[in-house]
Amino acid sequence: MDAGRDELLNRIRALQFTAVELGLFLDTHPEDARALADYNAASQELMRLKETYEQRYGPLLDYGFSLSPQSWRWIEEPWPWQVSM
Amino acid sequence: MWVYEKALLYPVRVTRPDPRMAKNIITQYGGPDGELAASLRYLTQRYTMPIPQAIGVLTDIGTEELAHMEIVAALVYNLIRDAPLSEIKAVGLDAYYADHDRALYFVNAAGAPWTASYIQSKGDPVTDLHEDMAAEQKARSTYEYLIDLSDDPDVIDVLRWLREREVVHFQRFGETLNLVHDYLNSRHVF
Ligand SMILES: [Fe+2]
Repeated sequence: MDAGRDELLNRIRALQFTAVELGLFLDTHPEDARALADYNAASQELMRLKETYEQRYGPLLDYGFSLSPQSWRWIEEPWPWQVSM
Repeated sequence: MWVYEKALLYPVRVTRPDPRMAKNIITQYGGPDGELAASLRYLTQRYTMPIPQAIGVLTDIGTEELAHMEIVAALVYNLIRDAPLSEIKAVGLDAYYADHDRALYFVNAAGAPWTASYIQSKGDPVTDLHEDMAAEQKARSTYEYLIDLSDDPDVIDVLRWLREREVVHFQRFGETLNLVHDYLNSRHVF
């Protein structure tokens, strides 16, 4: 995987992790306005980065949650566990 | 429904085969305190939770554990993928090899297959959440033992991250238990 792709994916992962953490926190603290604002800010930035990633490297999601405009790129390698040594 | 995302929740880097650690780490794939057990336990307990916060926590943590299962799988797969047969025999993975080659199967570190008796679904939210809190502590301990057994900084990095998640999940389940107690106290007098 090229360095730019890895870097972009790591930025996506960082935001996604933030969203996972805040989401779990909000499940037990649904009235926390600051956590809610942070969750929405992270999600918005995440959506923006995912769009950039998908335009370059193909869809991250299946079942109609990502577009695959020119060709069917879903089955392009690497799959997540195919890491190079 | 669930949607698959074509990315690991946390990146896995493996620079050399280590079938010995693969044999140990696989217990977090299909062992009693592993990620499959965690995920299935939470996802099946959620249906009888009495409050929306508890349903949300079990749904979201159960889903996160599926992502952890994929991370553990990525570790094991890459640790045995290029291991020569001589090494597989030397570390005692030959019995596993006889049944599965280098494929992934749900077993504990000693080779015992996954069983639904690892988990419980009791219908009593207080009972179930106590099991969930214990499960998170057991998973945390297992990750600590795996960290003790590893000498590969890349592998240890992933194990540390997974360990940390169990600590957070324990915290959320504890809060959920308090919310369930509040709810039950407001409804019944025991
Ligand atoms: Fe967990």
